[in-house]
Parts: sequence; structure tokens; C-alpha cells
Amino acid sequence: MRRSSIISLLAAALLAVLLLGACGDDDSAAEEQGTAPATAAATASPTPPAGGEELILATTTSTDNSGLLGVLIPLYERATGDHVKVIAVGSGAAMQMGERGDADVLLVHSPKAEETFMAAGNGESRKRVMYNDFIIVGTPEDKAGIKGGKDAAAAMAAIARTESSFISRGDNSGTNAAEKDLWAAAGLKVPTGASWYTETGQGMEATLTITAERKGYTLTDRATWLATADPKRLPLLVEGDAKLFNVYHVIVVNPAKHDGLHVKAARRFSDFLLASSTQKTIGEFGKDKFGVSLFIPYPD
Amino acid sequence: MDLIFDAFSEAWRLLRTGDGDVYGIAWRTLTITGSSTLISMLIGVPIGLLLALGRFPGQRILVAFSYAGMGMPPVVAGLVVAILLWRSGPLGQLGLIYTPGAMVIAQSLIATPVIVAVTSTGVMALPPALRLQIRAMGAGDARYLWLVAREARLPLLVATMAGFGAVVSEVGASTVVGGNLAGETRVLTTASVLEMSKGNFGTALALGLILLAIVFAIAVVLAAALHRMRRA
Repeated sequence: MRRSSIISLLAAALLAVLLLGACGDDDSAAEEQGTAPATAAATASPTPPAGGEELILATTTSTDNSGLLGVLIPLYERATGDHVKVIAVGSGAAMQMGERGDADVLLVHSPKAEETFMAAGNGESRKRVMYNDFIIVGTPEDKAGIKGGKDAAAAMAAIARTESSFISRGDNSGTNAAEKDLWAAAGLKVPTGASWYTETGQGMEATLTITAERKGYTLTDRATWLATADPKRLPLLVEGDAKLFNVYHVIVVNPAKHDGLHVKAARRFSDFLLASSTQKTIGEFGKDKFGVSLFIPYPD
Repeated sequence: MDLIFDAFSEAWRLLRTGDGDVYGIAWRTLTITGSSTLISMLIGVPIGLLLALGRFPGQRILVAFSYAGMGMPPVVAGLVVAILLWRSGPLGQLGLIYTPGAMVIAQSLIATPVIVAVTSTGVMALPPALRLQIRAMGAGDARYLWLVAREARLPLLVATMAGFGAVVSEVGASTVVGGNLAGETRVLTTASVLEMSKGNFGTALALGLILLAIVFAIAVVLAAALHRMRRA
């Protein structure tokens, strides 16, 4: 009996230690944030950092999964002392977050939806940052025979005609929106429900994996494909159509609509993305690994 | 099959080198799920005892609710907490969204029904004569509850493990309310999903193996406690 109570005590103590550990974690995180501006100041940035704010950036999966934000965010945090929380979702969800005031700044690529977003007064500013392009990739069997084509709409029509397996993001992301535009350009309805049409509801990387497994086609941004796919299993089939142009904009969420937005930090972040040194970093990103830029600078 | 072998060697490599902040992620996983389990015990055990021992209207409905709560999808629990904690939500001012604290809240919502259900069922299963006997000894209410809880220590141990197991393995709620932020709210399950979506299946599986090892270690401690209690 005594032994068992000792063991229960030990178990309780273990849980208590874990709890304290969690609290300790929070403290140290707060400390880090507290000291960040000081270290940023110590590294002598040209303008004294006004930062120390916590910023929520809602963005598309492509900017995060390709690793670009992993390079840019630390640069920004060091320069300003701000702390950025990157929430990687589809462009659609990112704009939802902006509309509700749950994010301070957006980095998205879904031009039509962005224009609606701005027209509704949800954004304070919207600026062009960079572009890359969409490509159509598929397994080497190429049942629809689209390899080497330059006309994206014709390729989509051929896929539909041959009822070849097409894997869609199906998640209202920027890529998903571009895919829907391509079906429309081919004079077709989005083939939701067709036996050869699969919606993954997942990010680009997962969708590429599923495409390779199901021997199908998909539309992808070039950056994610270069960064994550095996070009032998999933070769590039169609590129270079103007319809495949993929532009990214940074949107500062309208502070007049919501309380508690970190609008100063959001503006700082927007300016940071357009600064010439950042633009240079964007252009260089991925060159060492893939031999080509994943994103091309394209500032307003 | 190669993948499974790769996963083991990758798990070993991660543990040896500490690459990818694997120790930070593992420790964070333990602290967050440990806190959630503790909080859920503090809330769930008294409710479970009350449901088993008390007599009040609506009791059966509440028991049914706790059973149903065991089947609640974590992502739904996460979404409910997120709606409350998002800046646009009623508790947005607290600034808890995308913090470990938010994850503890969501996970407590997941584990509490499990602990309530297992506790109340375990206490109901005690021989009624035993309860009468305790009462007959002239124990007051608080002492009565304490003695019953002590008799029900085996079910309470199972409740702890079930609650802990429910939160340590869930990924939906942690992603929605935590945001899977590197170095802040990334835990073993969300890190594993991320690696999986990147196509790094070996690393994803390796993180899963590390999680299993942690759960196994805790299960061994609890099983030892169980063994001692049975002998006592």
C-alpha cells in the first residue's frame, strides 16, 4: 500500500514537472521575444528597429514549403525585432483569415480573389512581389499525349477527352483557382465528380506525391515541383503559356475594419518584401540547389 | 519495405545528431501533452466520480455525453477552440492563438471526456457493497470521495493513460490552434505530417517512432505502478 502511494506521488510529481516545463517554455519564449529587438539593434541595422511586434502572416503553402520564407523571415526578424508567425494555408483560407482580421498581412497568389478582397475594402494595400509559373506535370506514361505542348488549355482539354487521371488540389488555393481558370479556358466545366478527377484537399507537396502514385497529371507551381518532386517520376510536360503566369502579392489587412491588428509591423513587412536587397535574395533563392530561380523578383 | 528500414536508421540518426530540433520537438510534445493530461485529470476525475456516485436529474445524459465525447474528432475540438481564440473570436484579446497554451486548451477538451468516461465507468464497476461499507464507517462526503477514488485507482490509472494517449497522438487540433510553428508549437505529430507532405517519408516515420518510444516509456512506468497496486 505504501509503495503504491509512493508511485502515485511520483506519477503526480512527473506530471507537475511536465506542467512546470510547459510554463518555463512559455517564459523563455517570451524572453526571447523580449531580447530580440536588443540583439537586432546590436547588429547595427541602418535604421533603428521600431519592431518587437508579433505579426501573423497568412500565406500559401508554396512560399512556405519551397523554403523561401525559411530564408526571408529570419532576415526580417533580425532587421526589425518583429516576430512573425507563418500560417501556411491555401490562398483562399489566407484571405478568409484576412477578412476576419485573424491575420495582419497576406502573401498570396490568386489574383481574381485578391481583387474581390480589395474591392470589399478588406485590404489597406496590395503590392506585387514576385512571380513564378505554373506547369503541368504528369507521370511518364502521358496517356493524353500533352508532352511538349505550349497551350495549357489544349492540354487540359486533351486530359479531359482521354479521361486521364487528373489530381486537383481541390482546396480553394491559388493553384486550385488557376486550375479552375484553365478548365474554363478549355471551354469545360470543372470536372468535379468525374471518375478520373481526384481532389486531394491537401497542399502542393502532398498532391504531387499522390499524382505520382496514381499515375496522373496535376497543375503545380514550379517552385514546389523543383523543390520536392522527382523529375523522373513526375516530369514537366507543359510550360510557357501566358495563362500559367503565377503572381504573388503582399496584402496589408485593412486596420480600419478590425481592432488589434499589427498594422505597423504589417506595413514594415510589406516594405521589406519590396526592398531591393530582399528582392535580390528572392531572385537568388534556390539557384544553388536547382540551378534556376524558384521565384522571379517582380516588385511594383 | 526499404522505407521502414530507412525510418529506423533515420530515427537513430535524428536522435544521435539532434537534427531538425528533434529533442526540442519531443520535449515540447511532452510538456504540452503532460499539461493537457494533468488539467483533464483535475477536471475529469471529480466529474467522473460525481457521475458514478451522485444521483441527480440528467445524469444518464451526461454519461452519454462523456461517451460521445470520446469519439469527438480532434480537428473539430481544435476548430471550436480556434473560433474562440482567433482574434476575431470572443477570447481573441488574450492572444493565445498559435501558442502552446492554445494547444493545451484544445487537448484538454479532447482528453477530459475520455477521463470522465473511464473514471465514471470504473467507479460504477466497484462492488456496491464496498461503497456502503465505506459509508457505514461514518466517512464524511470528502473522505468518502477520497476513499472511493483510492479504491478506483486502477481505473484512474487507465483514465490517465487513455487521456494522455488521446492527446499525444492527435494532430488535427494541434495544427489548427497551434499552427505548427517551428520552435514554438511544432510537436512530434504535426512535424511528422509536415515531413510526410514534403515527401520525406523516412523522416516522418522516424518522428512517429520517437513518439511511440516516448509513449511506450510512459506506459511502462504506468504498468509498473499498476502491478504494484495490484499486489498491494
